[in-house]
Amino acid sequence: MSFLDRLRHSRRAALGATLFLGLLLAALPFLVGNGLGNSWLRILDFALLYIMLALGLNIVVGFAGLLDLGYIAFYAVGAYLYALLASPHFGLHLPVWAIIPAGAALAGFFGILLGAPTLRLRGDYLAIVTLGFGEIVRIFLNNLNAPLNITNGPQGISGIDPIRLGGVSLARPMEFLGFTIPSLHGYYYLFLALALLIVFVTIRLEHSRIGRAWVAIREDEIAAKACGINTRNIKLLAFAMGASFGGVAGGLFAGFQAFVSPESFSLMESIMVLCMVVLGGMGHIPGVILGGILLTVLPEIFRHGAGPVQQMLFGKVLLDPEALRMLLFGLALIVVMLYRPAGLWPSPTRRREFRGDAR
Amino acid sequence: MDILLQQIINGLVLGSIYALVALGYTMVYGIMGLINFAHGEVVMIGALVALAVIRLLADSGLPGVVVALVGLGAAAPVCMAVGFTIERVAYRPLRRAPRLAPLITAIGVSIVLQNLAMLIWGRNYHAFPPILPTSQHEVFGATITSLQVAIVLIAALMMGGLMLLVQRTRLGRAMRATAENPAIAQLMGVDINRIISLTFVIGSALAAVAGLMVSANYSIAHYYMGFILGLKAFTAAVLGGIGKLGGAMLGGILLGLIESLGAGYIGDLTGGFLGSHYQDVFAFFVLICVLVFRPSGLVGEKAAERA
Repeated sequence: MSFLDRLRHSRRAALGATLFLGLLLAALPFLVGNGLGNSWLRILDFALLYIMLALGLNIVVGFAGLLDLGYIAFYAVGAYLYALLASPHFGLHLPVWAIIPAGAALAGFFGILLGAPTLRLRGDYLAIVTLGFGEIVRIFLNNLNAPLNITNGPQGISGIDPIRLGGVSLARPMEFLGFTIPSLHGYYYLFLALALLIVFVTIRLEHSRIGRAWVAIREDEIAAKACGINTRNIKLLAFAMGASFGGVAGGLFAGFQAFVSPESFSLMESIMVLCMVVLGGMGHIPGVILGGILLTVLPEIFRHGAGPVQQMLFGKVLLDPEALRMLLFGLALIVVMLYRPAGLWPSPTRRREFRGDAR
Repeated sequence: MDILLQQIINGLVLGSIYALVALGYTMVYGIMGLINFAHGEVVMIGALVALAVIRLLADSGLPGVVVALVGLGAAAPVCMAVGFTIERVAYRPLRRAPRLAPLITAIGVSIVLQNLAMLIWGRNYHAFPPILPTSQHEVFGATITSLQVAIVLIAALMMGGLMLLVQRTRLGRAMRATAENPAIAQLMGVDINRIISLTFVIGSALAAVAGLMVSANYSIAHYYMGFILGLKAFTAAVLGGIGKLGGAMLGGILLGLIESLGAGYIGDLTGGFLGSHYQDVFAFFVLICVLVFRPSGLVGEKAAERA
């Protein structure tokens, strides 16, 4: 009996594991911050943002089986909405609890906007249209500074308000019961809370009527239709739900970074999030989370390692560390997929299917 | 009038390059049902290898056309080897895997090739030496250079050759059979592994030619050029109907025309509200409109609704 099976069968073991995981997650910023320094704490915060994105994309790609290569557009919508409504750019400073839901709603609307004309498309045709959609959004962000300056073009929008909760700005260290909590920790807990909320929503969705309808469409759209599923609405819902998660993550990103520019929303970012979903294990929530963490942290490890290791081995830096880091990253993608084509942590059903002994 | 004609000429030149690259995507897609995301990078490798050789020989006193041909002669085998290796390493082991697994390895290969090129050739732009004759001709008020004529002619020649190969030869028949149904093709005695390898090799050779054309046309090459070019060519292949050779050519030419006409006229059409930097938006917008009304591309057959 594996460790995971034991957790499933014993309530006490499950409770213990949950407690341990909770404590670990609560203590993590202190461990990372003190052990590895603030740059890794930032990476940790980003990992949480990427987990939210990956979970959102997982609804579209993993559950509903719709290949989306322009997902980052929704992240951009959320981020730019926050940037426009809470920065000196328009002189608006709306509170975060108004903007984030608005960002989710607007991103969801964009999701439907993308979904509606593409309902008839399948597979790779859908992929290229979503890709085009992502590029269109990015190009508009890049160029909507003339004749009317809306997005401030390639320079992006800076000086964005930090996220404030109950009058407390997360950008400064907080006093709490006599402790000082640094800003990065504050963001960590906020992101963690929202990531956990998204995980919860996704798990509940997965086992709901809607989630089962998504899977049915993924497996066979015609059969799903024949079973009485309104494939049009359910597919649109997948686009909207996935997009709204992206919108939330985007808003948080803008507040955290205090700066947005079109550069952050390139096609490569969409591809990265897709890699997280597929590499982790499409449609399997723990796998997707693992993929999100791994693909955020791995390039950073290579970044920190590429220069010093060469220094150690050859006495000088022979190869451009930036290129070397991405080279290793690309190789890692290939190797992982070759050895685990269903992803690092696929869902049990999928793993059985893959071994060919399903049904 | 002369502006319209000029834009059409530019569009045709751009379009024939897109078409050549798009053929590489569409051949692989037709046979394996796989987006070879790394194909754009093969074009980039071709351009950079050819350019490296050409720069080496630029001062040798040989005629420019010969130098360019030698450059191509060096680039084509390299690209073919790269294409062959990509298929062997990244796609063949995953032939039975879930559909998205080879897409991720393709992205991985793409990242690897791009950064390998950056390690070898650096981050800088490489200028194409002015070795080719660039006589200009006036046609009804528009200008066309001999280089542009050569690009369109060579592209047409290559496409015609490929069509003949696929439609008329034994190898072509085997390729079509594999595309139709690999399992049955194998039963008929087709060595599908060999056919798939050859498909990659042929597509990569076309990519080498396209790479040389791009760098000669824009007189520049760099490690990042493959990405956007691949994207455009893939769009062209889908626009035409991916998996169809004729579709790739039609899509490529159309996309080239759309882009250059868009760049020329988008300002006038929108009363100056949108400038020429919206040409990509325009191209993708046309793509989306086409796919909304013809979900399988312009010449693609209606995808079989499989059970």
